[in-house]
Amino acid sequence: MTRVLVPSGALGLNYDQTALERGLAAKPDIIVIDGGSTDSGPAYLGQGVSKYARASIKTEWAGLMEARAKAGVPLVIGTAGTCGTDSAVDWMTEITKEIAAEQGRPLRLAVLKSSQNPKALATRFAAGKVDPLPNAPDLDADTIESCTNIVALAGAEQIRAALETGADIVIAGRTTDTAIIAALPLMQGCDAGGAWHGAKIGECGALCATNPQSGVVLLDFDDAGFIVTPLADGSKASPHTVSAHMLYENSDPFILYEPGGHLDTRQARYEAIDETSVRVTGSQWVPSERYTVKLEGARIAGFQVIVMCLLRDPRYVENAQIWADDIKSKCDAKVRDRLGLRDDDFTIELRLIGHSASFGPLETERSDPIEIGVLGIVTAQTEDLTGEIGKMLNPYLLHHPLTQEEEQPTFAFLFSPPELKRGAVFEFVLNHTLALDDPMSAFRLEVQDIG
Amino acid sequence: MVKLNEIAEKVRTKNAGPFWLTIDIFCGSETSFDIVRTHLSPKDIAACFDTHTNQVKVFEMPDLHVVKYSLPRPAIQGTPEDRDMHGASWAVLVGLIEIRT
Repeated sequence: MTRVLVPSGALGLNYDQTALERGLAAKPDIIVIDGGSTDSGPAYLGQGVSKYARASIKTEWAGLMEARAKAGVPLVIGTAGTCGTDSAVDWMTEITKEIAAEQGRPLRLAVLKSSQNPKALATRFAAGKVDPLPNAPDLDADTIESCTNIVALAGAEQIRAALETGADIVIAGRTTDTAIIAALPLMQGCDAGGAWHGAKIGECGALCATNPQSGVVLLDFDDAGFIVTPLADGSKASPHTVSAHMLYENSDPFILYEPGGHLDTRQARYEAIDETSVRVTGSQWVPSERYTVKLEGARIAGFQVIVMCLLRDPRYVENAQIWADDIKSKCDAKVRDRLGLRDDDFTIELRLIGHSASFGPLETERSDPIEIGVLGIVTAQTEDLTGEIGKMLNPYLLHHPLTQEEEQPTFAFLFSPPELKRGAVFEFVLNHTLALDDPMSAFRLEVQDIG
Repeated sequence: MVKLNEIAEKVRTKNAGPFWLTIDIFCGSETSFDIVRTHLSPKDIAACFDTHTNQVKVFEMPDLHVVKYSLPRPAIQGTPEDRDMHGASWAVLVGLIEIRT
């Protein structure tokens, strides 16, 4: 049997200290936490930075390093620093070394890196090693080479290699959310279907139970399946909450693709063991013929400036769409004329907040708001151009009248200047897999002994 | 004609990675599950998002009284056209779909 303690769905979201103590008292074989996701958008991968505050990461990680020392077992973080690039792994390693010095404990650190060299990947693409997943954008070598960061998602094999170094702490770059949990149970011979299914159920912490924000769960893996037990007060798992978690952020609720195969939960059985724990058996692991890892890549899509104003005059609120459409057509023409740009060199979009900003043309309801926020979004290929276009948009958002006859209106700006530079904006360009002859060939593993 | 959110207990939408949106309709009872399963179609979901029916995948989980749909995101996550980074607000639009019972 392998006992895995998961403190929360992500480092940075905090965990229940009392529940963590309970988990330590249960003598886990490993403590595992996820550090990232693509869910906050492409900027983190594009820039190679964390979405959480350094002080939050340091506080929570120091608590887990204490817990690891108490339990005397390995501590693993996957997708360090939100995006799992080498830069994010280095950031996490630096924080870990600071804490190790403050706690005064020697450590063996295994660092697994997942970043891919765009030029080298373009060569692998040309060799037919890169394949699209459903709804992948079109890809060519230039697109790959234009990425600011590309990562490959490590699976259980690479985490296993890191654990086999005898590391006290594993800091991994991009991994699948599940691989960090499944790795040790797989190493110790637990049922593979159960290992991957349990990993999927536990990867968001207590989201598979009631009181979902409490975080801490314990997973017991064996030769037929797994048991999940949330550890915070008031957090209970039931066959309903556990099986429903397979829906969460999954396009297919029964099949989950991982490096080296896929999980099939169609035959899984969920049984309540008591009021808080659920046992799951019958999940299948289906190995694939080729070993593939998923790729994520982001590149600069352009630069943005946003400008905001408020409409409160009832006549303008009522006619906001007509007003915004008129501004857009006039400002587009001015940009073409004065900057010599073509239509596909820039975009100006006016989103009417309080009117249709959530769904745009797909909105099916209308109401009568008392005010509307107008968010002007300017996108172009350079920072200078977005600055110029933002300043051309400014006078329209301040003074544009519905009719030529009326007195010049003035709308509310919130700031001076009202244009806010967003800088570079990023886009995800890869939804592909990379075939590997050797699972470690796209990853680098380093061992560091500290103190 | 009733709206989906008058029948279902909860409608949830989330990203399933940067390229897919997934819709979980928690019907709350067998009766509601049967109505949703038989009267809401991939065509309705496609119309709601102005996409093609063949882009919409449907899954039924009778034990949970859940009908799930997955489709390409209305815009790839984080592109200038994207209106909701985490894809959760679309649930409201789906809940407003009218169902002929």
